[in-house]
Amino acid sequence: MLKTFPKGGIHPPENKLTADTPIKKMPVPRVVYVPISQHIGIPAEIVVEVKQKVEIGQVIARSGGYVSSNIHAPVAGTVTKLDMIVDTTGYKKQCIVIRTDDKNESNYQEPEFPLIPEIAMAPEEILQRIADFGIVGLGGATFPAHVKLHVKADKHLDCLIVNGVECEPYLTADHRLMLEKTDEILVGIRILMRALHIERAIIGIENNKRDAIERFRERNPKGSGIQIAALQVKYPQGGEKQLIRALLGREVPMNGLPLDVGVVVHNVGTVFAIYQAVQHNRPLMERVVTVTGKKLEKPSNFWVKIGTPITDLLAEAGGVPEGTRKIVSGGPMMGKALKSTDVPVTKGTSGILVIPDDEASRGEPRSCIRCGECVDVCPMGLEPHLLMNLTEKSLFEKAAREDILTCIECGSCSYVCPSHRPLLDYIRFGKSITKQLQTKSA
Amino acid sequence: MSDQPIIVSASPHVHSDRTSKKLMYDVVIALIPAFLVSLYVFGLQALLVTGVAVLSCLLIEYLIQRYILKSAVTIGDGSALITGLLLAFNLPAGLPVWMIVVGSLVAIGIAKLSFGGLGYNIFNPALVGRVFLLVSFPVQMTLWPTAVENNTTLVDAVTGATTLGLIKEGVQFGQTITELSPQIPSVTSMFLGITTGSIGEMSALALLLGGLYLLYRKVISWHIPVALLGTMALMTGIFWYVDPEHYANPLIHLLSGGAVLGAFFMATDLVTSPVTKKGMVIFAIGIGVITVVIRLFGSYPEGISFAILIMNAFVPLINSYFKPRRFGSKIKVKMV
Amino acid sequence: MTDSILNSVILLTGLGIVAALVLYVVSKKFYVYENPLIAEVEELLPGANCAGCGSPGCRSFAEKLVSSDDIANLFCPVGGNAVMKQVSAALGKEIAEQDPTVAVVRCQGSCEVRPKTSEYQGPRSCAISALIYSGETDCQYGCLGDGDCVVACKFDAMYMDEETGLPVVITDKCTSCGMCVTACPRGIIEMRPKHKRDLKIYVGCLNEEKGGIAKKACSVACIGCSKCLDICPKEAIVMNNNLAYIDPAYCTLCRKCVDVCPTHSIIETNFPPRKVKQEEVPVIKVEPVKPQPDA
Repeated sequence: MLKTFPKGGIHPPENKLTADTPIKKMPVPRVVYVPISQHIGIPAEIVVEVKQKVEIGQVIARSGGYVSSNIHAPVAGTVTKLDMIVDTTGYKKQCIVIRTDDKNESNYQEPEFPLIPEIAMAPEEILQRIADFGIVGLGGATFPAHVKLHVKADKHLDCLIVNGVECEPYLTADHRLMLEKTDEILVGIRILMRALHIERAIIGIENNKRDAIERFRERNPKGSGIQIAALQVKYPQGGEKQLIRALLGREVPMNGLPLDVGVVVHNVGTVFAIYQAVQHNRPLMERVVTVTGKKLEKPSNFWVKIGTPITDLLAEAGGVPEGTRKIVSGGPMMGKALKSTDVPVTKGTSGILVIPDDEASRGEPRSCIRCGECVDVCPMGLEPHLLMNLTEKSLFEKAAREDILTCIECGSCSYVCPSHRPLLDYIRFGKSITKQLQTKSA
Repeated sequence: MSDQPIIVSASPHVHSDRTSKKLMYDVVIALIPAFLVSLYVFGLQALLVTGVAVLSCLLIEYLIQRYILKSAVTIGDGSALITGLLLAFNLPAGLPVWMIVVGSLVAIGIAKLSFGGLGYNIFNPALVGRVFLLVSFPVQMTLWPTAVENNTTLVDAVTGATTLGLIKEGVQFGQTITELSPQIPSVTSMFLGITTGSIGEMSALALLLGGLYLLYRKVISWHIPVALLGTMALMTGIFWYVDPEHYANPLIHLLSGGAVLGAFFMATDLVTSPVTKKGMVIFAIGIGVITVVIRLFGSYPEGISFAILIMNAFVPLINSYFKPRRFGSKIKVKMV
Repeated sequence: MTDSILNSVILLTGLGIVAALVLYVVSKKFYVYENPLIAEVEELLPGANCAGCGSPGCRSFAEKLVSSDDIANLFCPVGGNAVMKQVSAALGKEIAEQDPTVAVVRCQGSCEVRPKTSEYQGPRSCAISALIYSGETDCQYGCLGDGDCVVACKFDAMYMDEETGLPVVITDKCTSCGMCVTACPRGIIEMRPKHKRDLKIYVGCLNEEKGGIAKKACSVACIGCSKCLDICPKEAIVMNNNLAYIDPAYCTLCRKCVDVCPTHSIIETNFPPRKVKQEEVPVIKVEPVKPQPDA
């Protein structure tokens, strides 16, 4: 019996259309729009001026605080504007517009990156490198990686978990990366183990990616301390807390962090970015994005420069198909619907999903029939129907007592609700108000 | 791109294909075998009662929503259809039509719509209708036509008592179960449905088939039927073991008096049962205990309708006490 | 028969006496002294419990009024100066008079002038849709149109105009409690002084984008052209982030700014029609607007 987390979870249709499509290099875009807030926390501070020439990999916005991250120029070119652009939040945010210098060869001549298995850096250097090179969690939450790796003295850390679950339907970016950069990821894990002074690491991969599991098992040297674990397919196993529970049987305490149970979790994409930063001096400037959709002509996985407009990506995948009513940045379960395709790819963009007319609309909500499906599927042991009810009536304190803040917004409740109730919409709203109330009273 | 503007909504952007409407129609499908059995044994009378109950439930819901509440009409969602079917299943064949209509009025008008409609009712509407009729017209409601195999008539002169009624009456008049046994139908005929009782409770086999379908379609979970029937079997078993001459054996209890119908179709009504599995078990045990107490010590031979209604009232309480365990609460941090 | 009647009479009377005794003792024992002024002041207050004063209800506001020494900064917007004067008399404390205010909706982005570029699906609440994105139109500052303000208003002083999709304030009913102001996630609604005959002049736009972008999203948007700023004789207009704001403290309601505004984004209400012959400026549709240099 394969491992999984015990409570809740759902099995949405996988629709991994691009699982066998190798990652292609996206052509270098003519213009990139680099938002300065691509991570959770304080936005970075712009350190370039209009008309300034920038080199590829140059810092263009410096980390604005501890929970923040540097941002590097993805292309060599000229800063043309410091503008506002709509990002995935649906609001206009500050961004740096760089026009690609088409005469600069560094834009087009990708250096070769031969595998370097020997790790030369000391642990402190590694941590500093990760912070300087703008590495953030590439799984979607975009939490600055160096903050996660900073282990306080009173915590005992014994295991690194590498998240290769990719439980979101449609997305295959991590899957392809694991297949194509297996050795690099294994070195990246060793880098992290060295930086964290630990001997044990587990890669968690869902069993629908057999090829990736096998390839890791093949390439993993004996005695590396790295264990490859196949997991049952169940959403939301890629959630940090669910993954730790599934792999180690440890439950992160309520309002706690993985560190409280001695674990640090990183996504495979992040691990690869760390490998690139430590072994090849490459800051985080590009990432893998799955561009997919049932009606899309050429669903693909791309290596994309940060700041590339999604319009370019969709054009590369065969153009927006006729009858498209919804475009989602991320997966269908947790991704954000976009208002326009002018939105640029950021560090957190794991996929672009194009949804046709017949699947785009939500069902008409009906009254709750108290079937308890939402309670059954909630991986956090919450009662979504109750939380929605309390939020609807503005009973936020009561909702807080029902632990609304522990919701991980996986959307399983809204997915199963037979009455099409917008459970997560309300819970998300309730969470935001509850947080406001708590900061006010604090 | 489409001509219409692009849609923006919060995640998730996919939905399972289960809808409340489909759930309701699954229940209807699950009721078909039991209905066929009742057609076989009661003939056109069963069809008449069921037809009247269903039509009047739908019509009453339509009229009330359209003209009194002036709200959206929801007769299409299948819930009124189920109420009508379940109400009919709990009535004796041959009940006067006007009584059925009164029962539907109480079920839909009072038990469902006056609480706010589907999802807001506290009590199972069909059972409220049934119990209302039972206490208002006790004579007609306990006039059970005897099952005749392959019945095709509309009129049925022969009436008899139900199995549980027989036992209750007999024991009250000092007879023992052994003395009564010639009158008690065999377990097989009770299981198959050639017995006396209300329309839908006849055949345990047909009801089990429907129940299994509901379990397979995940409309209901096993918790309520198993806990309910288990509790009943255990309790009646204890009494039977202690004094087999005055208490009927558990099989008779399980196969008669609508126990199976109640366990799979009435107690499991989504709206009026608890939301958590723990709560469902408590709820079902409560129904089992109350049913047995009513059957053995109360004045009614059957008691599951009352028991379900009583426990319905406790559902909000059960929901607030039996909560799922929150992830990360009450744990001991296990370190390797 | 007589016995049973007598018995029950005695029993019930006895029960009544015992219960009365218990009640009496308890009420004496647990009596809490309360300043009678609180009840008196509460009586004077409107009793709407709207929380417009900042206290959760009229009772707690009365307590606050009685307990604080200086009540000059406390004000009941619903009762207005009349009620506050009575309160002042009852308590013998100084109050500060305030000009009556009324809620105004600073957005004119009706369906016609501000086309929808996307369709929102989800709960019809501005607060919830604002969490997800910037709204169905291209303007991320204007009205979201889901009527949270109307729901918040406890005095039935607001309604949604079905044609324009915008909220409308019924000035006669508005008590300026300010609930709509807090309910609006966009901060569109402002409390502005209610001048004589309810004359008002204000900028009906909050769009801080540069002129061209603002105009593209909404044809009556403030484009930050500063024409009003230049013509205003009283320096009442402030220009910030491509957006004009008329400070009611300085505005003398001369209406010059209204005339010069090229996009008709300055609103005047309840003024008599102009006597001077005016050229009717038709609503400009797609006239290209030169983006103004940044302020």
